[in-house]
Amino acid sequence: MTEKQKKATAYWKENLKYLVILLTIWFVVSYGAGIIFKDALNNIRLGGFKLGFWFAQQGSIYVFVVLIFVYVRLMNKLDKKYGYNED
Amino acid sequence: MSVQLWTYILVGITFALYIGIAIWSRAGSTKEFYVAGGGVSPLANGMATAADWMSAASFISMAGIIAFAGYDGAVYLMGWTGGYVLLALLLAPYLRKFGKFTVPDFIGERYYSKTARIVAVVCALIVSFTYVAGQMRGVGIVFSRFLEVDINTGVIIGMVIVLFYAVLGGMKGITYTQVAQYCVLIFAFMVPAIFISIQMTGNPVPQLGMGDTLSDGTYLLDKLDGLTTELGFAEYTSGSKSLVDVFAITLALMVGTAGLPHVIVRFFTVKRVRDARKSAGLALLFIAILYTTAPAVAVFARTNMIETVSNQEYANMPEWFKNWEGTGLLNFNDKNNDGKIQYVADANVNELTVDRDIMVLANPEIANLPAWVIALVAAGGLAAALSTAAGLLLVISSSVSHDLIKNVFNPDLSEKGELWAARISAVGAVIIAGYFGINPPGFVAAVVALAFGLAAASFFPAIILGIFYKKMNSKGAIAGMIVGISLMLFYMLKFKFGIFDGGKAAVAGLKDSWWFGISPEGFGTIAMVVNFVVALAVNKFTEEPPEDVQEIVENIRIPSGAGDAVSH
Repeated sequence: MTEKQKKATAYWKENLKYLVILLTIWFVVSYGAGIIFKDALNNIRLGGFKLGFWFAQQGSIYVFVVLIFVYVRLMNKLDKKYGYNED
Repeated sequence: MSVQLWTYILVGITFALYIGIAIWSRAGSTKEFYVAGGGVSPLANGMATAADWMSAASFISMAGIIAFAGYDGAVYLMGWTGGYVLLALLLAPYLRKFGKFTVPDFIGERYYSKTARIVAVVCALIVSFTYVAGQMRGVGIVFSRFLEVDINTGVIIGMVIVLFYAVLGGMKGITYTQVAQYCVLIFAFMVPAIFISIQMTGNPVPQLGMGDTLSDGTYLLDKLDGLTTELGFAEYTSGSKSLVDVFAITLALMVGTAGLPHVIVRFFTVKRVRDARKSAGLALLFIAILYTTAPAVAVFARTNMIETVSNQEYANMPEWFKNWEGTGLLNFNDKNNDGKIQYVADANVNELTVDRDIMVLANPEIANLPAWVIALVAAGGLAAALSTAAGLLLVISSSVSHDLIKNVFNPDLSEKGELWAARISAVGAVIIAGYFGINPPGFVAAVVALAFGLAAASFFPAIILGIFYKKMNSKGAIAGMIVGISLMLFYMLKFKFGIFDGGKAAVAGLKDSWWFGISPEGFGTIAMVVNFVVALAVNKFTEEPPEDVQEIVENIRIPSGAGDAVSH
């Protein structure tokens, strides 16, 4: 493997690690909190909201937005680390 | 001033604006026609994507559907936003790096095969036409109620407008009109929502007002839970769909979102890979403003409606009630002749039928908001429907002119010839879409939801495998796409349209024989899994893709050096 290929492989591995972490959170808030564990979470209240209902109709959407911006930040840093950035 | 006059003024101003932008930003080359020249800023692309994305279904139907479905409405809320996470993390950056004009472009070159390209074109056409049919119907509804013209005339006016800026401006014209349309539609959605939130809960933020207390100190959601159970409906915050179906529909919509050609193509219009990531984030942010407000509007509207009509004298109904009765979307039948409206879950006793589509449109009238707010909603609904229709028409026309005519039938076609072919295909697509608008297939969101199943079943696995699995070959991908979309089409025709069991009347009875208890809306999830399995199985027994294709895959994983989108 050439130096260039090694660098590319290392970059891809780190990228995949980020994807796994972020998509796990994505799954947990929507399918976990909003669907599978909704009934259990509904016993907890957040003001006028039952928590499971809140996750399903509000909370998961907020988390989605945050997840993408975290990803943007992480990847911009990663690009810089490997010299793939274009500024 | 009357609502009528306000509507003419606001719709007139916004239409003039769209046409002005179209003339200013008309396309001079195929690159401008297909990908707006490739120099759109992430902010503009984020707004354009949001407008492209939020269709008549999001604007007109969604809050209404949630108002009647309660918790179950979460499938649309999460399904139509969560897909952007997949899009941003798994597709957009790599497809931008690949740097072509269309989704079939990617499929055709990544799978080094004309057959793959043609299969992708057919899938793109099926998905886009299913989706565009719903948009034209949305245009018709808005025109017929607010401008008091015939639905057909309304559809034709809409067609002429879209034709004008899609044909003239291509992607460039569409992108900048969509930026304007986003501003119109989000303003039109938020103003009545904020008004009503203040009216009911005193909280100016609808997202918080939804969980706030009413003037008597009870929580709004508790009150609505009480009202719905009292009338025999499912408790609002609990819903009535099975867990497995909610799961399947949500996943089908998310994956479908990430596989929709008219959404993916937007990420070809920015300059660099990092811009593609960022604009996906901005797009979701802009979308989330509407999507977190919609469930609040749903709660306000349902509570307001029950309180206005339930057990009240028909003779005392406000003016909006009569207005909407006139359109046939609201229907009262005094079964027990007591002159009062019984609105309950039991179909034998219930006397009021309400079309979900009117909940957003009638909401400002129900809440007694000023005339200009009601007119604003009409302009917003039109912006939502037109922007999505234009985006879809562009995908249809570029699939025909770029993928079929230029790349399959006539590779010698000149740049100028291709641009003309693109324009003529756009005209053809508008006419077909208009036909669907005049002869609409069911209500807006139901049809749109199926387009997601089709996208999930066809494109998503092929693109994901194309990026993340270097050794994926053409035979596997083609087999997966064909089996996936066929299975989805079969399930849709059988369980949604009852084709094999004697037509629409049989549909309700087939509910018990749904596979795994999953509705046609959620079946895209199963069809997608089948696509993956078939693709990987066929791949295992056929030859590896050529070396140079594997190199392409390695190259798209590196973000730098994306360059401009090019045709060859």
